[in-house]
Amino acid sequence: MATGGGTIGGRRPGEDPAAAVIAATPRGARLAEWFDRQARTLFVMPAVVMILIFSIFPLIATFMLSLSRVRLRGGGYRIRYVGTQNYEKQIFGSEQWHFLGTFEEVSVLGWIVTAAAAALLAWWLIRYFGGRSGPVSVVGTVGRLITASVLFGLAFMFAATLFSGTRLGTLGVTLFYVVVGCGIQFLIGLGLALLCSQPIRGRTFFRVVFFLPLMVTPIGIGFTFRMMADTGKGPFAPLWQWFGLGDFAWAVNPWTARAFIIVGDSWQWIPFIFVVLLAALENVPRDLVEAGHADGAGSWQIFREIAWPHIVPVAATVMLIRVIEGFKLVDLPNMMTGGGPGIATESMTLHSFFAWRALDPAQSAAISYLLLFVTVVLCVSYFMLVVRKRAAVYG
Amino acid sequence: MTIKRSLAAATFGATAALTAAFMPTANAEMKHEGVTVNILTRPGPVIAGRLEQRGEEFKAMTGATIEVATVPFADLFQKLLTDWSTGTNSIDVGVFASGWAVELADSDLLADLSDFVANDPGLMFDDIAPYFREFNQKIDGKTYLITVDGDFHMMYYRTDVLEKNGLEPPDTWDEYLEVAAAVHGQDMNGDGEADYGSCLFKKRNAQSFWLILSVAGAFLQSQGTGQGIFFDTETMEPLVRNEGFKEALRILKETGKYGPPDELNLDVTDTRPIVLSGRCALLLEWGDIGPLSIDLTQSKIDGLVASRILPGSRRVVDRATGKLTDCTPELCPHATDGVNHTPFAAFGGWSGAVNAKADPKVIAAAYDFLSYMNAPEQSNFDVTQGWTGYNPYRVSQFENIQPWVDAGFSQESAENYLGAIGQSLNSPNMASDLRIPGTQQYEGICLDREIARFLAGEITDEQTMDNIYECWEEVTEDFGRERQAALYRASLGITN
Repeated sequence: MATGGGTIGGRRPGEDPAAAVIAATPRGARLAEWFDRQARTLFVMPAVVMILIFSIFPLIATFMLSLSRVRLRGGGYRIRYVGTQNYEKQIFGSEQWHFLGTFEEVSVLGWIVTAAAAALLAWWLIRYFGGRSGPVSVVGTVGRLITASVLFGLAFMFAATLFSGTRLGTLGVTLFYVVVGCGIQFLIGLGLALLCSQPIRGRTFFRVVFFLPLMVTPIGIGFTFRMMADTGKGPFAPLWQWFGLGDFAWAVNPWTARAFIIVGDSWQWIPFIFVVLLAALENVPRDLVEAGHADGAGSWQIFREIAWPHIVPVAATVMLIRVIEGFKLVDLPNMMTGGGPGIATESMTLHSFFAWRALDPAQSAAISYLLLFVTVVLCVSYFMLVVRKRAAVYG
Repeated sequence: MTIKRSLAAATFGATAALTAAFMPTANAEMKHEGVTVNILTRPGPVIAGRLEQRGEEFKAMTGATIEVATVPFADLFQKLLTDWSTGTNSIDVGVFASGWAVELADSDLLADLSDFVANDPGLMFDDIAPYFREFNQKIDGKTYLITVDGDFHMMYYRTDVLEKNGLEPPDTWDEYLEVAAAVHGQDMNGDGEADYGSCLFKKRNAQSFWLILSVAGAFLQSQGTGQGIFFDTETMEPLVRNEGFKEALRILKETGKYGPPDELNLDVTDTRPIVLSGRCALLLEWGDIGPLSIDLTQSKIDGLVASRILPGSRRVVDRATGKLTDCTPELCPHATDGVNHTPFAAFGGWSGAVNAKADPKVIAAAYDFLSYMNAPEQSNFDVTQGWTGYNPYRVSQFENIQPWVDAGFSQESAENYLGAIGQSLNSPNMASDLRIPGTQQYEGICLDREIARFLAGEITDEQTMDNIYECWEEVTEDFGRERQAALYRASLGITN
């Protein structure tokens, strides 16, 4: 750290054997010199301390918690180390049905899905090792193996639950929210962005209106959508009844309940995708678009050949952010259904929250870490294999 | 200044006069001058609001300052436990669910109030209904809690609907289903739409798990409160794998046929508006429905709703075999006309407990304040006010109809409403809610989740019973079977 420090008097304190020189240096100057030399450390320190206190320490503490059994007692806490017991309970033990889903006999369709997933992943790996998708490296190999095994595990989980007619666990439900929810949000967000980038009347007004839902607190959205969906006494009850749906209860069927949570989530998050993609679309060079028009290209061709390549890096990044956020969905199922019917709408974060509220922080920590693991593997894979690759191709 | 002074003097004079009128036990001199009592409870106006108001009165009488702080219900227990167990002791009194007290008392965190109670004639101890006096307030025979709110489930029914159909109010669970089936689909509020036979709050992760206990109680407990409805008192084996529990599951599920279509997603805050708009013939609820039904800003059922003790059963579980057996005088000593009724103290009610580590002066002031809240002069009025969230727990509260009429009840609706309260409060067979460590896990996680899955059709009745059994066993093992069994026995007043 001393290399960039000040050198008052041409010498650094401590380096000079003649202590008398230092003693002669005025006090204020020495202090200034010391500050000068420590400047970088001092400037960085607050940020480092903040990250250590609020990010790294909780991460380590949570991990340690997830390997223990914790009890609040008179006289304080009692923490007992139990190894990986909390994780085993979720993946293989008494909570397996809750976390991964109910495993019974895997159906024929389930085996087909498993085999298809295995074949696809094997093809992908062979293609990589064949050197057809760039040079083979150690990091690339390890990363791809982790990605492939997690994807295979998830595929088998869906094959043994969803495709075998048994129930999804909180992991499956969370992935459903992420994949289906974020997919719908991307399509609608992109569509709205395209509309608002057209020279239509009142587009500033629409931009503000479309952006508003993002500023509403998720708890409020949960309440609002629960009320709106109430076919018996909500504000839209007359409308539902007019359609003959007065006795329709969306919260009683697992899939309508999940679908409705996605509706609420999409209402909140489409604006985010919309506003980012709109900015990207506005940056597409006008001259290219005009040249395309001059050459007689249709609007689909212009979108596909000119606009899309320009917005892909932004779209990939915005989806990455949205997916990370999507994994953490908790407010809406908590407000709208309380995780019901049964456990049909319970996300992993809600699962973890329930465990925490039952004064079982260790189990809660284990679920959080499992969520972190799945999120990190999927998001890093997505980033390395989609975002970077696309950016390399188009950027 | 003079105006202010004379106003203050007038206020003081008025309060002093009130004091003299309301609290004959208060000493003339300022007994607790300079003492501050810090109370922690849930956010108001429910529960906390009345504590604050009565706190002002109490200050004028005794000089003690009552500070009421609140945290959300879900955080209340953790907050109290951490404050008291880590020795922070910033809180002197917790007003919380009585069920939490056993764990706190076991860790020596609660002050024993037995001596105070013994020397407090103003409390009218014997006027407190037997269950609340002997079980809700006591642990292992010692009084640790002072009840401010009595919570137990009752059945409510629409007098006009049943009368129109020539039906008697149901006395057993089978009759409950019959009545619900008979009236389901009729228009009960004159708006031309079909209404519901039974409205129950079955939402997951809310308060629905108390319903199954209210139903199962009639089959599981017939020998008095000490028998308990949760575990075998010796072995801590869960009482959920037997014909009685299975029958309760069947009944609870069948009520869904006569309920609102989205019943599985209704919490008690959702069913109340439906009930008050006159759409339900039968329901299970706490005491709140009475005061709410006379609030004409939201109720269409003023004078049309009556309450009754929870339906019972002619057959109860023989603990030895797990089979349902016909009631005999030996098996069901508290039965009326051969029907065993087990009113269920769901939640038990809000009660005050004092921190054992508080300064003795503070403990004395805290006790006097809780006693002031609980004494008939105050509580017999407070329980008639719907907004306080306080429900009856004293014999004089259902025997004396006048405060209810003063609060806005008609003579008839007051009589209708108070009928069941008396029956339930006097019952020696009231079932206690679970009051041991891990209650939140036993009830809020295991029971709530498995009942929700059962009602949603995810699992069968046998699977539900097995899952609850295993889940409860896991929690028991985790906390230690011996200790749990001892605390369970203590919570039921079994001393050996």
